[in-house]
Amino acid sequence: MTFRHAVIEKNVVLLAILTLITISIGGLVQIVPLFTIETTIERVEGIRPYTPLELMGRNIYVREGCYLCHSQQIRPFKDEIERYGHFSLAAESLYDHPFQWGSKRTGPDLARVGGKYSNEWHVAHLVEPKAVVPETVMPPYAFLAQKPLRYDDIAAHLRASRTVGVPYSDAMIEAARADLEAQASADGDSDALVKRYPKTVAADFDGNPARITEMDALVAYLQMLGTLVKFTDIRPEQLKQ
Amino acid sequence: MTALDTAATPVEARRAPVYADDVIRAFMIATVFWGIVAFAAGVYIALQLAFPALNLGLEWTTFGRLRPVHTSAAIFAFGGNALLGTSFHVVQRTCRARLWGGDAFAWFVFWGYQAFIVLAASGYVLGITQSKEYAEPEWYVDLWLTIVWVAYLAIFLGTLLKREEPHIYVANWFYLAFILTIAVLHIGNNIAVPVSWFGTKSYGAASGVQDAMIQWWYGHNAVGFFLTAGFLGMMYYFIPKAAERPVYSYRLSIIHFWALIFLYIWAGPHHLHYTALPDWAQTLGMTFSIMLWMPSWGGMINGLMTLSGAWDKLRTNPGLRFSVTAVGFYGMSTFEGPVMSIKAVNSLSHYTDWTIGHVHSGALGWVAFIVFGALYYLVPFLWKKQDVWSPRLASWHFWISTMGIVLYITSMWVSGIMQGLMWRAYDELGFLQYSFVESVAAMHPFYVIRALGGLLFLSGALLMAYNFWRTIRGEEPARLAYAATPAE
Repeated sequence: MTFRHAVIEKNVVLLAILTLITISIGGLVQIVPLFTIETTIERVEGIRPYTPLELMGRNIYVREGCYLCHSQQIRPFKDEIERYGHFSLAAESLYDHPFQWGSKRTGPDLARVGGKYSNEWHVAHLVEPKAVVPETVMPPYAFLAQKPLRYDDIAAHLRASRTVGVPYSDAMIEAARADLEAQASADGDSDALVKRYPKTVAADFDGNPARITEMDALVAYLQMLGTLVKFTDIRPEQLKQ
Repeated sequence: MTALDTAATPVEARRAPVYADDVIRAFMIATVFWGIVAFAAGVYIALQLAFPALNLGLEWTTFGRLRPVHTSAAIFAFGGNALLGTSFHVVQRTCRARLWGGDAFAWFVFWGYQAFIVLAASGYVLGITQSKEYAEPEWYVDLWLTIVWVAYLAIFLGTLLKREEPHIYVANWFYLAFILTIAVLHIGNNIAVPVSWFGTKSYGAASGVQDAMIQWWYGHNAVGFFLTAGFLGMMYYFIPKAAERPVYSYRLSIIHFWALIFLYIWAGPHHLHYTALPDWAQTLGMTFSIMLWMPSWGGMINGLMTLSGAWDKLRTNPGLRFSVTAVGFYGMSTFEGPVMSIKAVNSLSHYTDWTIGHVHSGALGWVAFIVFGALYYLVPFLWKKQDVWSPRLASWHFWISTMGIVLYITSMWVSGIMQGLMWRAYDELGFLQYSFVESVAAMHPFYVIRALGGLLFLSGALLMAYNFWRTIRGEEPARLAYAATPAE
């Protein structure tokens, strides 16, 4: 019996089913193993969920479309490592829903921007980028310093994140509001916060102690980017995928 | 049409159904309208990169908020309305069947789709986005689009099922593959958990590396199936129609169809070269991207060779000139794409304007031009006119737009390659030669040239809109000295 394509051309259901099978193969082969092969995520220590304030800052990063001009993914090239730091690991975006790797560098990569500049620099730069970097084409984000951060539903954010797999504990969700407020203050008690989220830095990020603004949250997020993994302790076999 | 209508034979009368054309006319108007919105938004954000003061210091008008407005307007509003409208036109004609499900159902798809666009775009301006490129709309908009898309699929499949032609014409294979695959991609990439049922924010189901793979499986196939397969359907109907020639090779269209839809879906990882995505996935993505060159050019050859013996029509038919140039740009960008997917090339091109230039040679040269070709055919046809009001103006549109594209892609080649080279340049002492901001400053002239290219493209589209307006108003064609000059 010879194959005749005309059979498919005369049968809508057959055409649709064969099309669906044909387009499914590639996606299944490329996506499913990423969930099943354990070495896809490198075995490094230090990765933790975002603190409530960092999570809110990340949501502002997403809202403003920062990923459209800034990548968060350093490639393993000499020049990138010298410019930005150690190449990015899959483990470092383990709790990123969604990922923020980006696809364009109109501005520099931000995967390891945390700790490179002071909080004051970030605030000044976000308020008026040109004041700090004259050649920049970045828009000003002065409104962030004026807008109070809305975080009455912070526990719901942690709960939704837990539903999609971020290991927020009951204690973290219960203390979400207190943790957020503790991190945004320079002189509060942040011991409990740091215990729940190691390496967390508490500060009055926007320099305005009177209230918690969107600027506080965004700067808190920027300042933790790339700071969780201690690369001096890593052996090469840990990074094998 | 008129020959059939007035034919006395009852058989002929029975076999010529009255097609649902009102909704197609609406789709055509929406295509032109959203096209102008998309091009204008593109020009504006291009100018923002050249002159950042245009961000205006307002939260709603920053580049970050407006860029998705531009991309969604171009892909989903302009391209989408063109695809939905032409697919309704083509499926009725090639099946000799009126749209399945009744007129109200088709109008639901029309208005439902416009509502999707407005919901998505207004969300971006207000900062409602899930930050996945070309899949920015949040969960409530995604759900709405799913409903509209299922209705669209039902109409298309239903019309195919009640067709009176024994064969399903090749254009419909491509339209069907486009509709089905976009449904799969849209659902696969948008699974998310809302923070609350009354809020807009959600968290996506996948994270990090898996999310990146799923996003670019979606993202590259938004190109492969929305911007390619669907528009190939358009090519397979309107080029043979305008050229009055059958498709060059039936056999090539079969091979080209199955190879294209099989290979395209694998190409996503080339957006993630040298990232934390495991190497095996990157290598698969690169390999299949290179193989994809073959079916892409198979389609290009099939489109161009259809003109065999009819090339003279390019001189008198500006619409066909758009369609054929579109196929040329398709060939060019589907060659450039595989080249850029080679890891060594990608190490230079990734993150730079080269990618932006590549996208636009496809989006302006292929997608927009094949749409313009279809529009110049369909608008006079649907409004029952001899021709567009002014073929001469259409010719101006063609040349202005082509110049715009050339300025756009050449400036982005130069700026992209320059960026890539500056980032990796070392001085004689072994230090990085340029700070990042020096590469930003070096882009300025090219950003100005790019904006100029976009402005030309927008101007061309405005000429087209004016031309259509006069055509639809029913004025006598302006035949001012527009006639083919014999090549003697």
